[in-house]
Amino acid sequence: MEHRVVITGIGIYSCIGENLGEVLDSLNTGKSGIIYDEPRKEFGYRSCLTGMVKDPDLKQFLSRRDRIGMHQPAMFAYMSTKEALENSNLDIDFLDKNETGIIFGNDSTAGAVIETIDKARAKKDNTLIGSGDIFQNMNCTVNMNLSTIYKLKGINISMSAACASGSHSIGMGYLMIKQGLQERVICGGAQEINVYAMGSFDGLGAFSIRQDQPTKASRPFDRDRDGLVPSGGSATVIIESLESALKRNAPIYGEIIGYGFSSNGDHISNPNFDGQYRSLTMSLKNAGINPNQIDYINAHATSTPIGDATEAQVLFDVFGSTIPVSSTKGMTGHECWMAGASEIVYTLLMMQNDFIAPNINFENPDEDSKKINVVPTRIEKNIDCFLSNSFGFGGTNSSLIIKKFVK
Amino acid sequence: MMNRSEIIATTKRFLSEEFEVDQDAIEPGNNLKETLDLDSLDYVDLVVVIDDNLGFKPTADDFKNVETFNDFYDLVEKKLANS
Repeated sequence: MEHRVVITGIGIYSCIGENLGEVLDSLNTGKSGIIYDEPRKEFGYRSCLTGMVKDPDLKQFLSRRDRIGMHQPAMFAYMSTKEALENSNLDIDFLDKNETGIIFGNDSTAGAVIETIDKARAKKDNTLIGSGDIFQNMNCTVNMNLSTIYKLKGINISMSAACASGSHSIGMGYLMIKQGLQERVICGGAQEINVYAMGSFDGLGAFSIRQDQPTKASRPFDRDRDGLVPSGGSATVIIESLESALKRNAPIYGEIIGYGFSSNGDHISNPNFDGQYRSLTMSLKNAGINPNQIDYINAHATSTPIGDATEAQVLFDVFGSTIPVSSTKGMTGHECWMAGASEIVYTLLMMQNDFIAPNINFENPDEDSKKINVVPTRIEKNIDCFLSNSFGFGGTNSSLIIKKFVK
Repeated sequence: MMNRSEIIATTKRFLSEEFEVDQDAIEPGNNLKETLDLDSLDYVDLVVVIDDNLGFKPTADDFKNVETFNDFYDLVEKKLANS
């Protein structure tokens, strides 16, 4: 028997707000979270632009032992997960007694690893590194820390899929619940934001160099875009079987009805029309709906010339020119491992509040984006069903379709 | 070399800071493991803070006879005298 899968908790810690209320305000007003980060200049960055979140003070919430294995990915993920569990009416006692899984997206721990190596080089004795570093260094750091803190007893794996990590984490959780293997899974994506995390990416020349206008730098689909702006934080999406959600009278933010995925099997960094097309059409087929039943598309579009052009071509091919499209990355920058999860949170907030957040900085279309309906300013819109795209290096693609819950 | 009261003051400071316990809880007769709430991983960090603050690195064998803070001060005195 297949189970319906609903979203019963959401949480966010991002550069456009450290909680759902702040983020909703930013989405409504089109506020950018992009800054010029001076320390990156000395470090050798070609572009010092970034979204920025501060390291949260977790001493007020967690013991020393709970905190010592955490670096940015786990710290940020704790904040978004704490919020999601609270609005899902879940606490540690319930989680301890009722099997709950965690599949969290994360694809780097650069800051933690470099700090550890610095210590090892200075002390020349690994027994003086300390007990927390190994748990900060491993890519499954979010899973290790949160499953321990929240006494989680179900599936416990990390999703490492470049900039589609967060989206695939929700997709995989959805499949597990749909098949009856899990009743409830904490999904999400986390992205570190320290100076070490993005140096090699910057080295590819993929970042915007519009450094005199940080809030104008990320401009998905705009004719004059010149690259992405890296960003970070964490987003959590708690998903659950409908039976479980109804049984505990949980709030329901939406229902996941489709998941599609593909691998380009082509260039390691260049986008690919066919790969994106297969992911999108697979999600529609999985959902059992037609393209015209989608009310809004939250695009992956990161503000790179070739990436946005390819996505616009695919969207036009599959959906035509009328369905509203926006990329929230104009405000947030590219939240990378986190983006697939955060963009579900952003879009659920839009669905709850009947509006589409603006694709800020979309001033002039190019030959591809003029064929689709990019929304440059906030509009009132009832969203019954939306699609969210995430594409990553290595050619990993993920598409999720979510609709308003109707019993 | 530090005398006994200096050792007590110095170790109180860094142990309470590292293991987040009140300095008042660190009394000579109190049990070190229970007071600092040490598990097996915490002993790794205990060695690190001792090395950082006192300049020597105790071994697992050194802790075999350490139950109270008094025992710990004896260990520190002995190690500093031999260094």
